[in-house]
Amino acid sequence: MSYGNWEPVIGLEIHAQLMTDSKMFAPESAAYGGADNEYTSPISLGMPGALPSINHRAVEFSIRIGLALNCRINPHSVFARKNYFYPDLPKGYQISQFDQPLCEKGFLDVFIDGKAKRIGITRAHMEEDAGKSTHHGDYSLINLNRAGVPLLEIVSEPDIASAQEAAEYARSVRNILRYLEVCDGNLEEGSMRCDCNVSVRKKGDTKLGTRTEIKNVNSFRFVEKAIDYEIQRQIASIESGERIVQETRLYDSTKNRTFTMRSKEEAHDYRYFPDPDLLPLVFDSSWTDQIRAKLPELPREKATRFQTQYGLPEYDALVLTQERGVSEYFEAVAKICGNAKAASNWVMVELMRELKETDKSIEAQPIKSNQLGDLILLIDKGTISGKIAKSVFAEMWASGGNPADIIKAKGLVQISDTGALEKIIADVIAASPGQVAEYRSGKEKLFGFFVGQVMKASKGQANPDLVNQILKEKLKGS
Amino acid sequence: MIDVKKVAHLARLAISDDEEKTYKAQMSTIFKHFEEIASVDTKNVEPLITPTDMKLVFREDKREVVLTVEEAMKNAPEKSGNLFKVPPVVG
Amino acid sequence: MSIIEKNLTELCDAVQKRELKSEAITKAFLDQSTRLNPKLNAYITMNEKALEQARDVDKKIASGAKVGRLAGVPIAIKDMLCTKGIKTTAGSKILHNFIPQYSAAVVEKLEGAGAITIGKTNQDEFAMGSSTETSHYGICRNPWSTDYVPGGSSGGSAAAVSARMAPMAIGTDTGGSVRQPANFCGIVGVKPTYGRVSRYGIVAYASSLDQAGPMGHTVQDCATIMEVISGKDVRDTTSAQEAVPEWSKNLTDNLKGLKIGLPKEYFAEGVSDDVRKVVKNAIDIAKAAGAEIVDVSLPLTHLGVAVYYLVATCEASSNLARYDGVRFGYRSDFEKSPAVDVDDFYSRNRGEGFGSEVKRRIMLGTYALSSGYYDAYYKKACQVRRLLRQNFLDAFKKCDVLLSPASTTPAFKIGERIESPIEMYLNDIYTTSTNLAGLPGMSVPGGFSKDKLPIGVQIMAAHFQEQKMLNVGYAIEKSLNLTREVPNVVR
Repeated sequence: MSYGNWEPVIGLEIHAQLMTDSKMFAPESAAYGGADNEYTSPISLGMPGALPSINHRAVEFSIRIGLALNCRINPHSVFARKNYFYPDLPKGYQISQFDQPLCEKGFLDVFIDGKAKRIGITRAHMEEDAGKSTHHGDYSLINLNRAGVPLLEIVSEPDIASAQEAAEYARSVRNILRYLEVCDGNLEEGSMRCDCNVSVRKKGDTKLGTRTEIKNVNSFRFVEKAIDYEIQRQIASIESGERIVQETRLYDSTKNRTFTMRSKEEAHDYRYFPDPDLLPLVFDSSWTDQIRAKLPELPREKATRFQTQYGLPEYDALVLTQERGVSEYFEAVAKICGNAKAASNWVMVELMRELKETDKSIEAQPIKSNQLGDLILLIDKGTISGKIAKSVFAEMWASGGNPADIIKAKGLVQISDTGALEKIIADVIAASPGQVAEYRSGKEKLFGFFVGQVMKASKGQANPDLVNQILKEKLKGS
Repeated sequence: MIDVKKVAHLARLAISDDEEKTYKAQMSTIFKHFEEIASVDTKNVEPLITPTDMKLVFREDKREVVLTVEEAMKNAPEKSGNLFKVPPVVG
Repeated sequence: MSIIEKNLTELCDAVQKRELKSEAITKAFLDQSTRLNPKLNAYITMNEKALEQARDVDKKIASGAKVGRLAGVPIAIKDMLCTKGIKTTAGSKILHNFIPQYSAAVVEKLEGAGAITIGKTNQDEFAMGSSTETSHYGICRNPWSTDYVPGGSSGGSAAAVSARMAPMAIGTDTGGSVRQPANFCGIVGVKPTYGRVSRYGIVAYASSLDQAGPMGHTVQDCATIMEVISGKDVRDTTSAQEAVPEWSKNLTDNLKGLKIGLPKEYFAEGVSDDVRKVVKNAIDIAKAAGAEIVDVSLPLTHLGVAVYYLVATCEASSNLARYDGVRFGYRSDFEKSPAVDVDDFYSRNRGEGFGSEVKRRIMLGTYALSSGYYDAYYKKACQVRRLLRQNFLDAFKKCDVLLSPASTTPAFKIGERIESPIEMYLNDIYTTSTNLAGLPGMSVPGGFSKDKLPIGVQIMAAHFQEQKMLNVGYAIEKSLNLTREVPNVVR
């Protein structure tokens, strides 16, 4: 997308919900859902005298993310209180980190059209989620199950130059979070939330324009669309002589536009100060080293390895490594069949199409990696043709059965018996005297017709290589 | 001069005009006294929060049922089912 | 000696030796409370199940089951501490109907050792005060002379113990709230090192200053309670892992080799003659017990009150944000006049629920934290706080404990200072610095004024050095033999 003389400046704030068992500062369940106010305690209800205590695993997960985003991990960071009143904020303040966050100064390389672009990460800090209010006309209802669920807020530098880049950055962060098994990255359920800061300026200007913030966009596609809309809106406004107001906006996906969230933006004064209930978050840097040593191979490293180890093209390697589950599935299939290119094609084309159509995850789909590996082996051994294999695959998807069993039950084994093929071919030749004559008089294009007839007569099971060979022989004539 | 009304709003405290007057006078006297600390040289002094030196101990990530829903809702001034009920919240 | 004249240690012994039943003990203190509470207003709420619980302990003992060291002995609990199933108000209207579903760690530990919670004591609202005059539940009176304040904020606890309505009480001390009322009511009050005692379940006033402690008749009684309530609690990250010594067993009145520092700033003008006399006498006793007396200086003492009130009100402004009428507590009558919006809802609940001193402190703190003032007030106060603590650490290089007055005068009259907040705040000059530095401190009875009002002596020690401080208190107590003195109202 080109913006003429204008240059957008975009930064993203991504909230990742950490997949811990208990809450950030309280021992009750941090699970999604639950009956109304089922997961609470005096702590998350903000009852008198209740005190926060720090969830060890939440810190570990945050360090994991910080390391994967190439951040400096501060062995001394500070929890601070962000004070404001809202009914879903039980204590009247949110415990967050302010001037001394856990992770700082990282970066992430994202790939747009095969080219790497480095996006700076300003900081990643820990905080607790608020509860949920629902509105019912003349009253509101408050559910505090989510209050206190651990979040890591990942703040990018304003390094992003287009809506497409922003979406790609968000996707890359999500892939990393999922690789690390610390956040399920579900935008719709809100386990990953994306706030986009957008401003525009004339190309060549060094001063930043006034920015707006688009909150809670719930899909990557919408991230792209919302930012694109917002950029165009800002350009149009400025060009028509208006001023951009610093404000929070929401994206309406049905109308594909952003709109002002609050008409009158109240000036916030959060009165941040270090939380005296919590000691500074101090730990031995050897803990960071231990976590670093246990980091899994990350998407980008894995893609590079796939290119060299399996000789895959870059595109295939990138597609296969987006999801950790898919990459591991591919490797398992490739190992069984010993044919990485075929494994890559089957996973990328057939399997991923089914996943997309049925909205299933790689973990929840019916075909086990050894079954797909076996299917490729059966093709490579000549037991079935590639064409038959597709119908076997469809059956495997439907029933979860083993390819060999399906082939046997449906009688799909490829006919490679020369005698049997010769008989079929002889019948075809006998039944088509006219075409035979034409072929023999030089109309060699008709060869395809004979192949088709043989395949039809064999119900597609004839070994195509043998059919070609025998047909050529027989059509030469006597 | 301290804008007492503004501070009271920030703290969400409804105060009467009389209270406003009294607080205004008292708070300016008190802050005058507080300002004595400005005379101390605190260059390069780290603020002190927790006065005793202690080592941080984490809580293990273990799920516990601390309160039943009934206990959680027991003190609620107003509720609907097991949800807390308040006047309408905008946004 | 009647039951109510016995101290905690004697009552515990009597129960363990089966000389007294818990029911008899509990009943004696309940009767005394029924008789005196209308006069003194030391309790806000009595535990209706106290007698029943006492009988349970008796049954347990009769059956030969093992019981804790405090078995069957009643203890009064300041209304700042949550007590499961018993109304907990913190002296405020905003919690007038709050019944916690959980107990404070301190209460759990006391009850775990067999103690009976007899009732919840009166206090300044949210512990904000030095006189127990700001309680929503009425002022509390000093048993030694009912025209006088019992001190505060743990005035109800001090009055209850002093008037033998309980043999022991728990108070909380944020800027002197255990020591000063103990001082005014002629009992022993101990504030442990910050972090000794878990704050879990104690209504927070100022998190980095609050610490609960015992208020009793003897140093031994208080040492015993400290052993029960101290120790690491994983629910409070600011509780220390430090091992808990057996203070009560290690008490000695032999102070040989101990250096006692007298901070000169604590003996400045303004200290009344009565107080001077009592403190001087205590110094002589310590000397006679073998201690060496040295002069020390805490040059930033004059800033203690300013730093204290900045830190405390800033923390309080945030700690008290949770009282909003959404999940518990007072809610304004919106049937009569509906809330305009959520801000109005909050402002009315809080504006009507909090008393004027609490509102004043919330506003002081809100202002000091607000944009543009943070560096000059809150941050600056925290920096001076570090320097102030350093004053103490330097002093403790020259001595083991510090000895000083606990306040400039004995108890003052009800109503005398309530109209002038700054005068009331300046009362706390000798006690607030201890909290700012996180040090242990105590007040031990040292004598009486001309008007027969009790006067205490303050002793402070380095972090976690409670034993040295308790020993000095013990030596003074043994020498003076005042522990059986009772106010006239008791008889």
